[in-house]
Amino acid sequence: MSGKNKSVADIMAVCQEMFEDLNFNYARKWKAAKEGRKVIGFLPVYSPIEMIHAAGCLPLGIFGGGDQMEVIHGDAYYQSYICRIPRSTIELGVTNRLDFVDGMIFPFVCDVIRNLSGIWKLMFPNVWSKFFDTPQNYDKSIGGTYYIQELQELKEGLETLTGRKISDADIQRSIGLYNENRRLIREVYAFRAKQPWLAPTSEVYVLMRAGLMMDVEEHNQMLKDYMAAAAKEDRPKRDNVRISIYGSFCEQPPLNLIKSIEMAGCYVVDDDYSLNNRFLMVDVPTTGNPLEALAITYLENSVETSCKYVPDGKVKGQFHVDAVKACGAEGVIYATPSFCDPALLDRPMVCNKLSEAGIPYIAFKYAENSGQMQPIREQAGTFADSIKLWS
Amino acid sequence: MSKPEAVKEPSMDMQKAMIARNYEAITSKHETGRKVSNTFVPGNLNELLMCFDIVNNLPEINAIQAGMRKASGGYIMEAEKSGHSEDVCTYVKADIGQMSKGNIAPNGKPYPVPDVLMLSYTGCYTFMKWFELLREEYKCPTLMLHVPYEGDGHSTKNMRDYIVKQLKEVVIPGLEQVSGVKFDIDRLRQYLKNSAKAEDDLVWCLEQGKVKPSPIDAYFGGVYYIGPIFTAFRGTEDAVSYYEMLRKEVQGRIENHQGPMTPEGTYFNDQKYRLIVEGPPNWTNFREFWKMFYDEGAVVVASSYTKVGGLYDQGFRHDPDNPLESLADYCLGCYTNLNLPTRVDLLAKYVEEYEADGLLINSIKSCNSFSAGQLMIMKEVERRTGRPGAFIETDLVDPRYFSAANVKNRLESYFQMIEQKRRGGGSKTVAA
Repeated sequence: MSGKNKSVADIMAVCQEMFEDLNFNYARKWKAAKEGRKVIGFLPVYSPIEMIHAAGCLPLGIFGGGDQMEVIHGDAYYQSYICRIPRSTIELGVTNRLDFVDGMIFPFVCDVIRNLSGIWKLMFPNVWSKFFDTPQNYDKSIGGTYYIQELQELKEGLETLTGRKISDADIQRSIGLYNENRRLIREVYAFRAKQPWLAPTSEVYVLMRAGLMMDVEEHNQMLKDYMAAAAKEDRPKRDNVRISIYGSFCEQPPLNLIKSIEMAGCYVVDDDYSLNNRFLMVDVPTTGNPLEALAITYLENSVETSCKYVPDGKVKGQFHVDAVKACGAEGVIYATPSFCDPALLDRPMVCNKLSEAGIPYIAFKYAENSGQMQPIREQAGTFADSIKLWS
Repeated sequence: MSKPEAVKEPSMDMQKAMIARNYEAITSKHETGRKVSNTFVPGNLNELLMCFDIVNNLPEINAIQAGMRKASGGYIMEAEKSGHSEDVCTYVKADIGQMSKGNIAPNGKPYPVPDVLMLSYTGCYTFMKWFELLREEYKCPTLMLHVPYEGDGHSTKNMRDYIVKQLKEVVIPGLEQVSGVKFDIDRLRQYLKNSAKAEDDLVWCLEQGKVKPSPIDAYFGGVYYIGPIFTAFRGTEDAVSYYEMLRKEVQGRIENHQGPMTPEGTYFNDQKYRLIVEGPPNWTNFREFWKMFYDEGAVVVASSYTKVGGLYDQGFRHDPDNPLESLADYCLGCYTNLNLPTRVDLLAKYVEEYEADGLLINSIKSCNSFSAGQLMIMKEVERRTGRPGAFIETDLVDPRYFSAANVKNRLESYFQMIEQKRRGGGSKTVAA
């Protein structure tokens, strides 16, 4: 699917196709290519995908149904005042779009995703499913000890599912591949922050989403190809403002929303879209006990996002301020899915911190199937103008 | 003409006096020098806090108090004006909005700045954000006790060890530092002994919902029954006395073939429908809501809300012989920390054991911990028991989301459905 000398258009065609494919044909083909292969779905925000990979399975990111799928059955499970991602995920399930998935991991995110894990157990009792709880205590001897054992239990669950043992070497190899993936992702982000006109976020976003549905080695090559191809593109630099987008870590916005923000005069130079494969911010050690390596990296070097506790109140939100400065953004759009408790409760705290740092921001809500982009475009455009005129 | 006062039973008067004393203790901290902790109801560590002479203040209860006094609507609007979303938990907004209105407790005195925020993170993600928000306001230390969710339907040794370790290495040293009092495990054992005794009597009372006519209302009456044990009194001699008194009252009603007392002071004996209720009640229109049930002859014989602070009826007791492990087990076993299949099992069991006509769900708009997935719960319980379920929607303390006409209509339809089911022979139950 990828290779050297591919153009941006070639790469984007592949990514776009995967992004739109709610039958997950890539994963189906991957599974069918070799007998005994298994696919494990995982939801936002963070699951240790290295473990899935080490078990010989394909980690498949499930990000709801987006704006292309009509939710009919899912509405019978979740009330109207609950965000859309659980309903469209159920819709994916009951319409047999996930009938080839052998297991599901529901990570810590919020009460809705937590309860969705139970619904899955009731609806699909033959599918192995796991609620994966990561520690909110970041002390090595407390949260670390707990997390290592949770990883051990996850490992044993995967071993039972696949019928094969996972060795330390298996995990270390997977960690190595995902380290490379994370390094390349950081490079793409740095490339975009430096020259956002060459790497629009509407492209980078689908590039990252595709990575959560495909073989990691293939994605690593794709990232390299993209950077090489994007650098060669002849794209004009516009008089856009540089903005960061936060608050969108779980339910993802429609692609048109991202495009609308860009069309309104904003270069998105940082975001927290589909955090999974960049949740850990540094390389995970590939020597020693791999479970310990994953646990300690999570404790010490994972992103600050709304579903994590910040033990020190003085630094709450500072992560976002630092990120804004690091990427040279001139303002922040705090964009949150409707009814998203973690992000909406975080919003006043994060935005207060931005204000203290003199960083302008605006906030709005969306749903994965939001269709009306005019208000978003107007709001983002006004924000961009205000930065140009007064900041 | 002012509304008539609710008629109260002796145990309710006793509880009212206990709550008043606690509010006095909270609001007089500057005079007494006692330390105050804010903490949450599910998974609270009341016995442990008492070991450090710390007074327990519960923001959820304060929001309920504000709701019942019709003050929460204004507080919520105030919080929304200051940037809080209309979508999030209304307990949080009532609490935060109250601050900007002087932060006045029910006794008319201002709530003090707490000395510590004891964040027992059990069964609700919002708790974590709530205390991060309060930490910004109060600038006081926060002690986090992370209680893992029972996602696979049971707790594990790893979860328990993690909680005990946090108690030993984070919570207890933190409380020692805040209070200046050294931890004494024997003191904790004594409080836990009191807890277990009160828990025995509470369980006895709740299980009398199996009697016909039911001498209790396990939802509207139930919120009074659980008051002391879920809040600042578990472990106290007061709580032991309260549950002894409550038990005698319930026993007296059984002997006289009486139902529970309504707020109007009449015994609710003519019970046509026996219900299991899932979800918290609405607090802003609590009496009106309750009246809709007894006016139609519906008594609640068991509820999940009365398990949000512990599933004592399923056998859990605080254990003085294993004090810290017992606190860990308590935190893990609170109702909303159980996964959905376990909640379904429990509710279906209640329907059968309490010979109920069906399951009614009061879905709370701003409480995802309870509400997310309740439609599935209803369907599953219906499927397993063969008895009809119904769904109503209200909110905790936001009066904008209580539509009396809608709720009444839905309840009436539900009762008709139960009647039809009875006529069709689909229900195993008969009128009490």
